[in-house]
Amino acid sequence: MVVFGIDLVLLIPALMISATPVLLAAIGEAIVEKSGVLNLGVEGMMIIGAVIGFIIAVNTQIPIYGFLCAAIAGALLSIIFAVLTQFMMSNQVATGLGLTMVGLGLSALIGKPYEGIKSPTLTKFEIPFLSDIPILGPMFFSHDAIVYLSILVVAVVALIVNKTRWGLVLRAVGENQEAAHALGYKVVRIRFIAIMFGGAMAGLGGAYISLARVPQWTEGMTAGAGWIALALVVFASWKPWRVLIGAYLFGGITVLQLNLQAIGVAIPVEILSMSPYLVTIVVLVGISLFGHHTAPGSLARPFHASQ
Amino acid sequence: MIAMLRLEKRRNVSRAWAVTTPLIAVFLTMLFGGIMFGLLLDEFASAFSAIKLIFWDPLFDESFASYARPQLLVKAGPIILIAIGLSIGFKAGIWNIGAEGQYILGAIFGASVALSFYPQESIFIFPIMVLAGAVGGFIWGLIPALLKVYFKTNEILVSLMLVYVAENILASVSQGLLRNPDGMGFPGSRNFKDYPSAFNEEIIINSGMHWGVITAFISVILAYFLFLKHQKGYEIRISGEAPKAAYFAGINPSKTIIFCLGTSGLLAGMAGLFEVAGPAGQITISFNSGYGFTAIIVAFLGRLNPIGILLAGLLMALTYIGGEIAQLMLGLPGASIQLLQGMLLFFLLATDIFTNYRLKFRSL
Repeated sequence: MVVFGIDLVLLIPALMISATPVLLAAIGEAIVEKSGVLNLGVEGMMIIGAVIGFIIAVNTQIPIYGFLCAAIAGALLSIIFAVLTQFMMSNQVATGLGLTMVGLGLSALIGKPYEGIKSPTLTKFEIPFLSDIPILGPMFFSHDAIVYLSILVVAVVALIVNKTRWGLVLRAVGENQEAAHALGYKVVRIRFIAIMFGGAMAGLGGAYISLARVPQWTEGMTAGAGWIALALVVFASWKPWRVLIGAYLFGGITVLQLNLQAIGVAIPVEILSMSPYLVTIVVLVGISLFGHHTAPGSLARPFHASQ
Repeated sequence: MIAMLRLEKRRNVSRAWAVTTPLIAVFLTMLFGGIMFGLLLDEFASAFSAIKLIFWDPLFDESFASYARPQLLVKAGPIILIAIGLSIGFKAGIWNIGAEGQYILGAIFGASVALSFYPQESIFIFPIMVLAGAVGGFIWGLIPALLKVYFKTNEILVSLMLVYVAENILASVSQGLLRNPDGMGFPGSRNFKDYPSAFNEEIIINSGMHWGVITAFISVILAYFLFLKHQKGYEIRISGEAPKAAYFAGINPSKTIIFCLGTSGLLAGMAGLFEVAGPAGQITISFNSGYGFTAIIVAFLGRLNPIGILLAGLLMALTYIGGEIAQLMLGLPGASIQLLQGMLLFFLLATDIFTNYRLKFRSL
């Protein structure tokens, strides 16, 4: 299965690996935005997840502990955002940006001694029978646990948001905070939980970069993945399964440009490196042109019960 | 009887709190920053000396002041210039967070003009460079503006994506198009220090005052009058505070978007040119030092008020210089300063509540 000098059997798994970090972060942020909160600190929570995950995994030599701690670290960092925006009514745009800056600074600080170390490798999880299918097996059924987990998270989130009472309450809070409050729903509490879920997912996504995709720790290694996750949520019109499609499309572009760089296509490296960001812009424009504007009604609006 | 704290929205923003909260935020940053540094250095005794080294010594300690005082203006100039531009948009609720990209593009445009004139000497070269820098930043700011106007695309995401695009362009030109032909293959352009007509020289020796700093001061004054006296400033404020009222008053939102993003891009572009033609000296892969992002903090810390931004910019420049000194003297990692700046923004946002809300004790 070789197309234009690129082997599809290798491309698809690489695509899924490169998509997983943004997929995790974006599905978390989708829930946060569904609850009516815009957290621009995804990049900061991701990089904290990346550094904490890496440090724990290197010290324990057990990657799963790394992922676990990364999720906790991301959630802890998001608590700062939650307290500031939900209890102190701070501007969500400014607070989110602050979170990104603090995350980048803090991660560089605590990650310094860990530069240049290799992380323990993540074991591949071969699904019995399915992974033995020629071509399709190695493409889709022999990944590490986090890749499967990310897809599972999307499925569960889609189910909860669309089919359960919890999902209904979450959407009510996001669409019309005053009405939800009048109905007796705890707007602030629900948003607090949503924000922490978003933080945990971003932390997990970050850890996947430093433990699986690269796998190494370097300062600022998330390189805008958090922002792309934010763009993905818009691209997906806040729908979980579309987040997955968007993430894999994006992963495909990233892997493709890396492959093109590797085989030495006569396009300057810089043009290829900037292509994921340019494509994101083009896609955002496309979505605005053809998509529906289904942003939650109360997105980024502060809420105080006295109003 | 249990006393409970309750928040009550103020009818008007408290002016007294608006002035005091940034000061409280700075104090809290010093306190918690000191504790953080104490932990980092494993002894609390050095915590105080680190804070003194960052916030006090650059200005008042004789051994550092000769170097640090001029640096204060060199670093504050671009930050203030960018933050003034950003504050105009922030007031209107238009979030340009890609000033770093506009800054880079301004530098590239301006430097390209200068290098195309090399080695001719003329007093017109520098003004043309400034103009080119402004145009470069303006164009880069106009992209998210036009996309927002015509396609309703989110300007936060587009302006930020364009930072990464700009960084790649910078990497490309410093290794290719603008590379110094006499540089023995090293990346980076010619150094403007060796090209008098293009060099952004200090106006007063050892003051740090160059044309960029002057421009920053002028921008502060212009912004002050824009919001105090001018119709446009009023329109911008209304667009941010009450978008519906602005719409019914016939204020064209598209024009506001283009004006805000265009102006902030223009000022960031000029800041980039002044930096590359002066303190940085040449286009290199990493000549930009994140001023575009720091300026966001400065705009908020200054409460989007021109005078406030001027003071906040000077303070932020101080943390940069103090950070460098602390790095040198105490071996503090460079990232700790970035963290300190982030903390400052957090404390400001946290204390901000007192300007809009009143704390009330209620007994149950």
